[in-house]
Amino acid sequence: MVQQLGHLPMGWLMLALLAMLASGGFFVGRVQAERFNGAAGSVRIHSRPNYHGYYVAMWTFVPALIVALAYAMLGEGIVRSLLAGELPANFRNMPSVELEVYLDSIARAAFDHGYGGADRVFSAIANRFLELQGMVKASAIGLALASAAFGFFLARRKVAPGFRARTRVEGGIELFLFLCAAIAIATTVGIVASLLYESLRFFSEVPFWDFLFGTRWNAQTSAEFGALPLFYGTFMIALIAMLIAAPVGLFAAIYLSEYAGPTVRAWVKPVLEVLAGIPTVVYGFFALLVVAPAIRSVAVWINTTLISAGITAEPLLAAQPTSALAAGLVMGIMVIPFVSSLSDDVINAVPQTLRDAAYAMGATKSETVKHVVLPAALPGIIASLLLAVSRAIGETMIVVMAAGQRARISPDPTADLTTITVQIVALLTGETEFDSPKTLSAFALGLVLFVITLFFNLIALRVVQKYREKYD
Amino acid sequence: MESTITESRETITAGTSMDETEGLTYPRIECKNINVSYGDKRAIFDISLPIPDRSVTALIGPSGCGKSTFLRCLNRMNDTIESCKVTGEIIMDGENINDPDIDPVLLRSRVGMVFQKPNPFPKSIFDNIAYGPRIHGLAATREDLDEMVEKSLRRAGLWEEVKDRLSSPGNSLSGGQQQRLCIARAIAVRPEVILMDEPCSALDPVATARIEELIDELRKRYCIVIVTHSMQQAARVSQRTAFFHLGELVEMGDTDQIFTNPRERRTEDYITGRFG
Ligand SMILES: Nc1ncnc2c1ncn2[C@@H]1O[C@H](COP(=O)(O)OP(=O)(O)O)[C@@H](O)[C@H]1O
Ligand SMILES: [Mg+2]
Repeated sequence: MVQQLGHLPMGWLMLALLAMLASGGFFVGRVQAERFNGAAGSVRIHSRPNYHGYYVAMWTFVPALIVALAYAMLGEGIVRSLLAGELPANFRNMPSVELEVYLDSIARAAFDHGYGGADRVFSAIANRFLELQGMVKASAIGLALASAAFGFFLARRKVAPGFRARTRVEGGIELFLFLCAAIAIATTVGIVASLLYESLRFFSEVPFWDFLFGTRWNAQTSAEFGALPLFYGTFMIALIAMLIAAPVGLFAAIYLSEYAGPTVRAWVKPVLEVLAGIPTVVYGFFALLVVAPAIRSVAVWINTTLISAGITAEPLLAAQPTSALAAGLVMGIMVIPFVSSLSDDVINAVPQTLRDAAYAMGATKSETVKHVVLPAALPGIIASLLLAVSRAIGETMIVVMAAGQRARISPDPTADLTTITVQIVALLTGETEFDSPKTLSAFALGLVLFVITLFFNLIALRVVQKYREKYD
Repeated sequence: MESTITESRETITAGTSMDETEGLTYPRIECKNINVSYGDKRAIFDISLPIPDRSVTALIGPSGCGKSTFLRCLNRMNDTIESCKVTGEIIMDGENINDPDIDPVLLRSRVGMVFQKPNPFPKSIFDNIAYGPRIHGLAATREDLDEMVEKSLRRAGLWEEVKDRLSSPGNSLSGGQQQRLCIARAIAVRPEVILMDEPCSALDPVATARIEELIDELRKRYCIVIVTHSMQQAARVSQRTAFFHLGELVEMGDTDQIFTNPRERRTEDYITGRFG
């Protein structure tokens, strides 16, 4: 029986049960409060009966939910430590990592509905595991029910004409919303903390400055962790991307907001948004299959022409099958919509009265744009460019497919380069041992990436805020 | 406050009689059968109106009656609104400014405009004024430009207040100063006509009084058309008044006559505050 309980998938069942209890609590609370209402000729009831209902339901549901969540998080750990305590001495003397592995296999066997193998000891332990699991689960259910009952009675006793159930429910809702926000923040903090922690472990093996300014990166084969070529590659490709995206995006935004009529606008804006919605993988294989070969053949043509003209003796360009230029160009196309739609917003936010002022002075449209609209929108435009840069730096798929793997510092845009993101992917795919400096270096790279993009985003945010203040 | 209003009214009425006759004999702008519509919605119905030179013409009427729309016909600012269609003739210096051959950009350098809300460019005080002369190439040298800026600021009565901080941003001035800056900016292009669309509606009474004095000063040189929702203001600053209602011109005449002895019932109702 207890063993069977150990198997039972409990989460949903428990939740359904609690929901039922809560709705029961709701009705009890409401009915009780309605009685005051009926009886009350003289008494003034503070909150409507529904609120008393919600209040009781809240107190029935929440404590039990906390117990259930605690079980979901700690349950297996408790079972394991109970089991470990009961194991014969020779197990207890095992190194803790091995013991963990052993317990893992026990748990797996137990969940697979009984172990049919020959190892008697193993199967006995697996059974015991199930038993313990059932016991812990049963106590959790009991505890949850008990706390539901406890909460229910406490809350019900509060129900009275003067009781401010409405205020309390409001407080409960606020707390709930706060917790949701807190989860988002806690997750971020957690990710950053783990990034920091693992990076520190990495830097205890590889000196920080060697990592930051070393020029040789060879993490896969030999342990060379000079990340400068990766930074260079990232920077180079982001630069090429911005050389495309900044002017095209900005001019598109100017056209859309200042020149295009409503019909053109109604067509072009959605198309730009579609561009923003194309999955980056698609951009990636476009870069790899279309753009990169085209660039290569142009580069080859340039090389042969230069050589046959006698201007150079050696091929001038690297003309690789994947290249910084291919990745940068396509990435530039990808971030155009970011630049254009953000710039469009800030340009539209420039007060119409300023344009009117310029037109009324006899300025033409382009004079108005150049002298009045753009200067007024400049901070916002800069912010949009910064956000686009941070997008380009963090972009992974396109560079993985079209930039290459070779870490080197080369000014030749037709050479293949590699970026921070590409290397993180390369480090963490395939066979990885978690503790090796190779894997840890991915965290260090991630940290650098995080710091760079955070920096750009913060500046952009500040600029936008300043700009808002000016026009409000 | 009461005293400044009556004071300025006196100074104005003292100077009116001469200009009035002078202005009326030479209409600077002759509007004939102006119709304006926004898409399917008509905003102005067949308005004909002579506008005298060197005097102030006030356009009054309840909100939404088409005062701004009409005013914006005079420098073709309605061209900047996609849906807006204007028909009719507006004769200025013997030319119909609605003629397709007329370049609205050049026209606007002859007809300046001041808006409801002060709208200095996000540039320095100096650059705000210098903007017009620069785009129209009015100043050959830096000295010319300096001189123009000073002259415009002086005419707008702002020079003394800003001469020591010409390089500080235009929006660092107070609301009333900003509006005078906008007037100076319009003057700097050497217009012949100045249009003002409720130029004081965003200003406090003191700043308003200053602008009104300024308008009275400016009418010696320019043809001024002012839209105002304040009848006191119309009475104080203008020599001619046109009353608009629902897109039609109900009545026009000398300001004194309109306010003391209106011919139309609707005008009387409006100026006595029975509607609007
Ligand atoms: N840009 C516009 N688009 C459409 N209708 C407009 C526009 N501007 C004004 N109108 C309409 O034209 C009419 C006259 O407006 P307006 O000239 O601004 O009046 P006033 O300045 O006398 O308050 C109003 O009914 C208004 O709704
Ligand atoms: Mg108006």
